[in-house]
Amino acid sequence: MNETFKNHVYQALNKGLRLDGRKKEDFREITIETGVISTAEGSARVKCGDTEVIAGIKLSLGTPYSDTPNDGVLSTNTELLPLSNPDFEGGPPRIDAIEVARVIDRAIREGKAIDTKKLCVEKGEKVWMVNMDVLPINMDGNLIDVGALACIAALKNTKFPEVVDGKVDYKHLSKKSLPVNALPIEITVVKIKDNFIVDPTQTEEKILDSRLTVGVLEDETICALQKGGDQPLTQKDVDFMVDLAIKKSKELRKLL
Amino acid sequence: MSYKKRLDGRGFDETRPIEAKAGVIHKANGSGYFKIGNTVAYAAVYGPREMFPRSQQNPKKGVLRCNYNMMPFSGAGDRVRPGPSRRSKEISYVTEKALLPVVDLSDYPNAVVDVFIELPQTDAGSRCAGICAASIALADAGIRMRDMIAAVSVGKVDDKLVVDLDYAEEAYEGGDVADIPVAMVPSTGEITLLQGDGLIKKEDLKNALELVKKPLQKIAEIQRKALIESYNLELKGDKK
Repeated sequence: MNETFKNHVYQALNKGLRLDGRKKEDFREITIETGVISTAEGSARVKCGDTEVIAGIKLSLGTPYSDTPNDGVLSTNTELLPLSNPDFEGGPPRIDAIEVARVIDRAIREGKAIDTKKLCVEKGEKVWMVNMDVLPINMDGNLIDVGALACIAALKNTKFPEVVDGKVDYKHLSKKSLPVNALPIEITVVKIKDNFIVDPTQTEEKILDSRLTVGVLEDETICALQKGGDQPLTQKDVDFMVDLAIKKSKELRKLL
Repeated sequence: MSYKKRLDGRGFDETRPIEAKAGVIHKANGSGYFKIGNTVAYAAVYGPREMFPRSQQNPKKGVLRCNYNMMPFSGAGDRVRPGPSRRSKEISYVTEKALLPVVDLSDYPNAVVDVFIELPQTDAGSRCAGICAASIALADAGIRMRDMIAAVSVGKVDDKLVVDLDYAEEAYEGGDVADIPVAMVPSTGEITLLQGDGLIKKEDLKNALELVKKPLQKIAEIQRKALIESYNLELKGDKK
């Protein structure tokens, strides 16, 4: 990105302005729709400005890991679809996609969003596997926050399929919901020079110095952290970013 | 036995309800959305842009490159493993061939026009839905085209010729089922995609290809309408 443009962004930020007219601590308009995919057991579409993400949950029966014979298995996958942005290329997920999936996964796993004990069908033999796929249709930044929100909304929307003679019958969903215990919300705070912003667009992400994603539970407990970007953060930065993330998480939580 | 009434009550030459939109992906040069029944396709066009790898460049004209992908949660049963499969590669390939006859890329030597097709939800007919969405996307991107490409499946369930089979009909157990995806240049009737699964007599095939013409004209109309609506919105300045 050229220096003149960068300087323009910096100067505007110093005056508290962003390219799209938002204030530094504003999110773009968010809409959440659930149950948007009839072939998934749970799903949600979240739009946040020009970023649009679909999360779909597929449940299957499988064998638990030998060290956690009583627990269901969670797995989160993200692909940066080349359909959604000219910067994305096809092929197996690279580190940027892997990071998004792992950071979303971290909040859900560590925040104990799902009671994995309740996913056990037969100890050591058979448990429910929860596959979460988070895919952008339109990508204009902040994929972690929007993806995590979509994923949580989709989990809340998930119903178990019927099981007939030990086999999953995907044609018929039961009335039983997935045991959702907690609703972690992830907020990424971005540092550009001395300014802190939330909900960055792709342009803002390209010039960020550092970022900190914070997973927050309803009682303000932090359940996930991820620092990104090339520049370091001071202790004071971290304190400020965590406070801001907790504050913004309350706004997003109201949308669920 | 005889297939008297379609499982979902449609007429034999009737497609499922269709919804089409253009300009749904903001960072793309052009994009399309095509929903037929419970099958949903998005398509985005990027380019013309420089072709990588360079070894695939054509110094005479641009290359059309299509990629068809089912999202992991889009299948009726188990999760679809992400990444290319033999099936998705073949569909990508025939999609290219289906679109190419109407697309003029002679102005773009060494360039590629990428078409990405994603299916978030499917209920049969996904390659045809993908082709319909891609055709809208190419037109939306301003690529020079001779016509739209409209696509839908036609086939035979037991003793009846039918248009636009869904999964339930593909899995019909009361008799033989043939499923024939067709893409056509609506203005000339030229066929650009023709595949076939299942058993069918040559007279039936002939009649099926006749039967599918009208629904394809209707689809082309819906595609054009989607483009016009998108540009009307753009002129009024309230797009997105």
